[in-house]
Amino acid sequence: MTHELKEQNIRNAGQDDLLVVNDLKKHFRLDRKTVLKAVDGISFSIKKGETLGLVGESGCGKSTVGRTLTRIYESTDGEVHFDGVKLKGKLDRKTKTRINRDVQMIFQDPYSSLNPRMTVSEIISEGLVIHNPDLSQKDREKRVHELLQLVGLNKNHAGRYPHEFSGGQRQRIGIARALAVEPKFIVADEPIAALDVSIQAQIVNLLKELQEERGLTYLFIAHDLSMVKYISDRIAVMYLGKIVELAGSEKLYEKPLHPYTQALLSAIPLPDPEKERTREQIILSGDVPSPTDIPSGCRFRTRCPFAMESCAAIDPEFREVKPGHSVACHLYDPEIMAKEGKELKTI
Amino acid sequence: MNNHILEVNNLHVSFKTRNGEVPAVRGVNFSLKKGETLAIVGESGSGKSVTAKSIMQLLPKQNTMIPEGEIRYEGKDLLKFSKKEIQNIRGSDISMVFQDPMTSLNPTMKIGKQIMEGLSRHMKLTKKQARERAKEMLELVGIPNAEARLDAYPHQFSGGMRQRVVIAIALACNPKVLIADEPTTALDVTIQAQILRLMRGLQEKMDTAIVLITHDLGVVANMADRVAVMYAGEVVEQGTLDEIFYSPQHPYTLGLLRSMPNLDAPRTEPLIPIPGSPPDPATLGTGCPFAARCPYTMKVCHDFNPDYTAVSGTQAVRCWLQDERTPEEHVPEVIRKGRQTSEIAADQAAIDAAGGVPV
Repeated sequence: MTHELKEQNIRNAGQDDLLVVNDLKKHFRLDRKTVLKAVDGISFSIKKGETLGLVGESGCGKSTVGRTLTRIYESTDGEVHFDGVKLKGKLDRKTKTRINRDVQMIFQDPYSSLNPRMTVSEIISEGLVIHNPDLSQKDREKRVHELLQLVGLNKNHAGRYPHEFSGGQRQRIGIARALAVEPKFIVADEPIAALDVSIQAQIVNLLKELQEERGLTYLFIAHDLSMVKYISDRIAVMYLGKIVELAGSEKLYEKPLHPYTQALLSAIPLPDPEKERTREQIILSGDVPSPTDIPSGCRFRTRCPFAMESCAAIDPEFREVKPGHSVACHLYDPEIMAKEGKELKTI
Repeated sequence: MNNHILEVNNLHVSFKTRNGEVPAVRGVNFSLKKGETLAIVGESGSGKSVTAKSIMQLLPKQNTMIPEGEIRYEGKDLLKFSKKEIQNIRGSDISMVFQDPMTSLNPTMKIGKQIMEGLSRHMKLTKKQARERAKEMLELVGIPNAEARLDAYPHQFSGGMRQRVVIAIALACNPKVLIADEPTTALDVTIQAQILRLMRGLQEKMDTAIVLITHDLGVVANMADRVAVMYAGEVVEQGTLDEIFYSPQHPYTLGLLRSMPNLDAPRTEPLIPIPGSPPDPATLGTGCPFAARCPYTMKVCHDFNPDYTAVSGTQAVRCWLQDERTPEEHVPEVIRKGRQTSEIAADQAAIDAAGGVPV
């Protein structure tokens, strides 16, 4: 990203942005010669009380983004501003405690994300012990019971162990744990992917209710585009370490601009036989290239049905093509299209 | 003889555990015609995979019991077959595609050899012929550079490519029935679309009957001719694709369809989940297994499990709402009249606008 753009992005960051991410990179060095570029320069912001959906296929780097934001990983490059604080390098103790409390995570797998040797009460109150050390044992217990109630369980569940619960109930425990320390921002990393259909809707509705009640801000990571629409205000689509399109969720589904988003949406099988019989599917050929060996220019060009000469040479800039709708694709760039002698794609 | 290639009648499967016998499948009936796709839908623990594995007899002998039922393949009961007879059928007449392509291939064996294994065993081909056929199969499932890929190991393939190999192995001996147990669940949507299209194409070419086991109603709408919905080890509803999606008669089927997000609906509309969670098969009572989560229960539901009621020539359902003694006003409108999908609603609006005369 050019310096100018970066400046612009920071200027655009309004007062009500809780999180501003600028050109974030996370590279993993695999050996002396290979670097895996899991996240390769992404920028976005999330307003207070908003939900940003982050979607993409496995290996696109969406989970790495979540983990970098929660500081499970240290970023390679770029800036993350959370609630006015720049998260980079060593933070002083006080800020670190504050951030650790304000940013919580809900994990994908409700089976491995709860310690099997701790009771539900111990799991939920662990954060309270650290962040509210003055709380008496009795108050803590009361708080745990309130939290259980809040997520649709009851206080009789407090003394039990995780294995006594079903997948959906475990995910509720994971949500109660995240809420215990009253965070501002929650990274939900595929919180419904491991659950059955009838249970998925329960959890999505619960997360929405909690957001309304408590003004929470979510980054909702998912590979399932149909569920993500229900919870997100805006959606960012990732491909191979970069955001290729970002728009309001209604708009994105109505008129996806990037060829990858178009293919992704058309690949979802719809639970409606009539529509399945009539609609045209765009089926992409081939697989996602390896993030250790990213194609030159546009990283989607190897699978893109509209790839042109310029796509191999120039990496498309991620820019706003209409208010609130950004895309990284040459098809919407007048200069490149003029050079290619092709007609500009209508928006 | 009827034209059913596979018939499952009143199948019961239970597992011996430390806490006694646990019934996993409780009286399942379905049948399959040549070239047809039957989807078995259900959530985890509903018994759909156990049903599939009992057809192939892949369940561990020491703790599985099949106290009742028959599985008829071309009229013969597979449950009465000897081990050797089953081995002759398995992989040649009936074959299976598993969910996880990472674990269903042998990591220490070259891909070509894994495809050739079945060909030499069932079709008595020579090594050279088998290799030729294996190459053809790889080409058929869309793996580029097939000749060279025969000598590659599974870890050299991506997930989607591995599932293609698994399908190539399953179809190598021209099976009449293919059982696909969640064939695309482990794959990304764009790869899923590729694999589903591939399976449909191959089915047309080879006239294979497919039993598709899945929890994804989108995949069902894309693939199936008929659907069986399983809940707690029973088929609670069975019918043609359109019957199940547009006039579901069982509250569970209806609940599943309603909890699926509709991409066209505005996102302010909340999803309608099914409350609670599926029952533990070890502690099922005598009543309808869905009664605890059903919004339309009556007293009878908690005490007696309903039997099948035929709704049409092709649709049957296990629910007391269908019983003639149930007062009509108790049956919810959506079950009586069918589901108003956006399109049906739009058609209806057009008809109304045209003065109520169907065009």
